[in-house]
Amino acid sequence: MSEAMDFKVIGTRPIRPDGVDKVTGRASFGADFSLPGMLEGAVLRSPHAHARIKSIKTDAALAASGVKAVVTGADFPQVAAGAIEGGEGGGDFADLAGNVIARGKVRYHGHAVAAVAAQSRAQALAALALIEVEYETLPAVLSLDAALAESAPLIDEGLMTSGLAEPATAPSNLASVIEMGNGDLDAGFADAALIVERRYQTPTVHQGYIEPHACVGRWGQDDQAMLWCCTQGAFDVRSMTAKVLGQPVGSLKVIPSEIGGGFGGKTTVYLEPLALLLSKKSGRPVRMVMTREEVFRATGPASAATIDLRMGFSQDGKITAAEATMAYEAGAFPGSPVGPGTMCVFAPYRIANFRIKGMDVLVNKPKAAAYRAPGAPQALFATESAMDEAADKLGIDPIELRLRNAVEEGDSAIYGPKFGPIGLRACLEAAAAHPHYTKAKDAGVGRGVAVGFWFNVGLQSSAEVHINEDGTVTVIEGNPDIGGSRASMALMAAETLGVPYESVRVVVADTETAGFTNVTGGSRVTFATGMAVVEASKDIIAQCCSRAASLWSTDEDMVEWRDGAVHPRPGVNVEAKPLSLKDLAGKAGRTGGPLLGKASLNARGAGPGFSVNLCDALVDQETGQVQVKAFTAIQDAGKAIHPSYVEGQLQGGAVQGIGWALNEEYVYSPEGVMENAGFLDYRIPVASDLPMIDTQIIEVPNPGHPYGVRGVGETPIVAPLAAVANAVSASAGVRMTELPLSPPRVLEALDQA
Amino acid sequence: MQGFAYEAPSSLDALRARLAAAQGAGELTQVLAGGTDLLVQMKQGQRAPGLILDIKRVGETQALTVDGDWLTIGASVPAAKAKAFPLVAEAFPGLAHAIDLIGSSQIQGRASLGGNLCNASPAGDTIPALIANGFEAQILTADGLRTLPVEAFVTGVGKNALASGEVLLALKAPVPGPRSGDAYQRFTPRTEMDIAVVGVGARLTLDDAGVIASACIALGAVAPQAFLAEAAGAALVGTRGEPQALEAAAAAAMAVAKPISDKRGSADFRRRICGVLVKRVVAQALERCTTGGTK
Ligand SMILES: Cc1cc2nc3c(=O)[nH]c(=O)nc-3n(C[C@H](O)[C@H](O)[C@H](O)COP(=O)(O)OP(=O)(O)OC[C@H]3O[C@@H](n4cnc5c(N)ncnc54)[C@H](O)[C@@H]3O)c2cc1C
Repeated sequence: MSEAMDFKVIGTRPIRPDGVDKVTGRASFGADFSLPGMLEGAVLRSPHAHARIKSIKTDAALAASGVKAVVTGADFPQVAAGAIEGGEGGGDFADLAGNVIARGKVRYHGHAVAAVAAQSRAQALAALALIEVEYETLPAVLSLDAALAESAPLIDEGLMTSGLAEPATAPSNLASVIEMGNGDLDAGFADAALIVERRYQTPTVHQGYIEPHACVGRWGQDDQAMLWCCTQGAFDVRSMTAKVLGQPVGSLKVIPSEIGGGFGGKTTVYLEPLALLLSKKSGRPVRMVMTREEVFRATGPASAATIDLRMGFSQDGKITAAEATMAYEAGAFPGSPVGPGTMCVFAPYRIANFRIKGMDVLVNKPKAAAYRAPGAPQALFATESAMDEAADKLGIDPIELRLRNAVEEGDSAIYGPKFGPIGLRACLEAAAAHPHYTKAKDAGVGRGVAVGFWFNVGLQSSAEVHINEDGTVTVIEGNPDIGGSRASMALMAAETLGVPYESVRVVVADTETAGFTNVTGGSRVTFATGMAVVEASKDIIAQCCSRAASLWSTDEDMVEWRDGAVHPRPGVNVEAKPLSLKDLAGKAGRTGGPLLGKASLNARGAGPGFSVNLCDALVDQETGQVQVKAFTAIQDAGKAIHPSYVEGQLQGGAVQGIGWALNEEYVYSPEGVMENAGFLDYRIPVASDLPMIDTQIIEVPNPGHPYGVRGVGETPIVAPLAAVANAVSASAGVRMTELPLSPPRVLEALDQA
Repeated sequence: MQGFAYEAPSSLDALRARLAAAQGAGELTQVLAGGTDLLVQMKQGQRAPGLILDIKRVGETQALTVDGDWLTIGASVPAAKAKAFPLVAEAFPGLAHAIDLIGSSQIQGRASLGGNLCNASPAGDTIPALIANGFEAQILTADGLRTLPVEAFVTGVGKNALASGEVLLALKAPVPGPRSGDAYQRFTPRTEMDIAVVGVGARLTLDDAGVIASACIALGAVAPQAFLAEAAGAALVGTRGEPQALEAAAAAAMAVAKPISDKRGSADFRRRICGVLVKRVVAQALERCTTGGTK
């Protein structure tokens, strides 16, 4: 891309096309769809965190009034192991199937055991009570320590640890181990003038999307099936559901609804295979909608983590060595995001000597799902807390300390590749100059600084651009819009084609209308699908040039595209008025048929995203309550296609991160029952808990994208955990290493200070 | 949710007659004021009444008056109206604040003080404020009226003193005299949309010399029901609310608090916060004795 681009519409802030319908309540979400003759489905969930299923009797339920079908694990095919590609959460198809419905054993309280379809929800619920399940309860494993203990009860009797130097000889709850390192750790620590060594812990948290999971499934007579659902990836729902049901991918069509939040939690399937099998058995469409309680008990969460960190520093603040041992809770099936966690933990810094070990650990909790920058918030909570402590002990300004170690273009990332142009230094410099940082703190207030990082990904995307006969533009793509991406796609198409934003309509299509597209996740949509939209628009431009040349009876290289129209090249002797998109669309019948541009690609060159957050917090010394007084999120967006929606991502990530830091956590009974499965006691921040979240967008263009875009959706949640904890530590006068910083925990720390 | 019948009698007599009939027929009846507790409980399957009796059309439950020395707040008066009533806002700022803590503007358009009290949650926000201010519950019985101090109205978690067929009609309190002030504060991890971990209400009155002549301190969420911490009040009487007096009141309150440990906080944490809040609430009420008050 050229250095100084002169944009016409990119960088403006038009209203998103879905906005009015959403604020007026007209938009259709997952639970809003219905079909004639539709049944309502409900799920029987395990009352135990860990138990063997000895028998399930469904006769009475099936005979109950209004009931048309009952399914249990025995109705589903055995699914062979195999890695799930292209998603955010990763994992294995066999485990996915085991999570959708229990077979032989229940692995967490809330695990689906059976499902019923009936004419009304009340009938379905009444029928659930008639299903008799005989359990043999087993001891519940609820923490990393308990799971890794010598004689821990086994959650999966066949699980052999992968990734060990010597193959495992006995099963355990440790699913896998990841190790990486470089340099000479001992020498690095020997060189250190200061070593910070601590254990950091973060709790199980939920993504907290407002819309519960919901779908309608219809199995056709011809074994062709349809699913309407709220998801971050219709193609992922298609491949996962097809796999769980043992059906060919082509037999299933998935139609995504509007989505009321996902944050990574809607990149897998829970209800969809159940609804379809119930539909197959009953011959009727089946709707399934989770309650909020089910969302908490059976979906998400983000992994709890324990990170043992050791970092060495020279007197002038250079990191001499760093070591991290990171254990993440996978939940009941393997697949926590400890992998990306290990890659992120030291990513912002130049470190010659390091060693990192990651452990994926089974516990009797719901299977962890992706949550914005999966694995990174936990990891950087540890590193950025240690950096803060080091700055304090070395007497170096915390931003300055980070500048002395920050990675730059040309550095090798500790996880492998060489960085291209990146914005860490620019973000740090912006933070140092920001009025939030330069203004004096109020009495008692602590100020925290932290850096955030996420790789951002590319993956596969498709797009079609149709020019309608009046010159308006329809863009067809396959990424459910969770953050305003339709507006960004329209801006990129409008910019490329030289037409007004208002003349572009972007459609999020189903799996039989859009070309294959990976999930809305990994902060990839504006980058990768945006690239496909730009390429498809360029395909239109090439076709327009070719058609104009033939209309003008000249060669294609005699014409050029400028300001939304084909012009004869300067100096070319053609008597012709420029032909706009509208002109050419009107003449399409005479110039070769409809104007349809296409692109499908596997996007390379995703640009890593860095951020710096500033937080002012005040601790009530008598109650331990924390008030966040000011918060500023500074982040490199590459190029902000729609600045308001970039700011929205920064603010939303900050708020979720503040919640993670302050009050969010799963509270479990000793038996493994979540005690706060609702928004009253699972405390996400409310508006009055928060200051205005200030934002500053930095733009270090990503050369891998035609307009310089790098993903922005995930990095924002990474830095807040440590930014808040560092501010709280400063205000409390004691180092806080375990989240959440709820009043009882802060008060306890104050007592010990 | 199960099916149910809904009726809204429009007079005291009609209400009484309907209650008697329901009682005779053994109908599972639930009174409805704002419904902000009841509907949630029905949706969650915790209650399944056969008959819902809406009392909002009975004029007496909508009363909001000052009659001589008495303030009357009808049992179904919405929170938004009650907190904005001039006498409540001026002479009962602590109660007004407790009312204002309930839910949000939308919830306050419906939620009533009567509902808050009858629902009998240990954490109900208006209850300590009502107790501290000496409110009485006026109850409609099968053949007349009876009154009970609010303190005696709640009998346990979710339990109240109403007999079958009885309805709470109104809440009444003496209008405070000069040099008097009340306050209520609750502790919650979040600023809003949360449930009290501890709630403390206080009403203080000073004598001519500025010495505390009477002090009522009520504690919420630290026992099965909100209650008057008499020893805490006694520790203040005869003092000017000096720091030692506040400490003594806090210690007395902590001694009588009987909190449980649950997902919302350990017993120790609750007891400690109770002490902190007593000091803060008394200090606030004391300030209002000199700046606020009526007459
Ligand atoms: C989002 C939300 C937030 C909330 N926040 C708070 C809060 O911060 N603090 C707080 O204390 N509460 C809170 N509540 C609970 C509730 O709003 C209050 O308890 C409210 O005061 C109840 O009043 P109501 O008129 O809606 O009661 P209703 O739901 O109508 O009744 C509650 C109960 O009392 C019975 N009842 C009502 N009136 C009478 C009567 N006159 N005689 C006999 N029985 C009667 C009903 O049968 C029912 O069992 C919240 C509720 C919601 C939904």
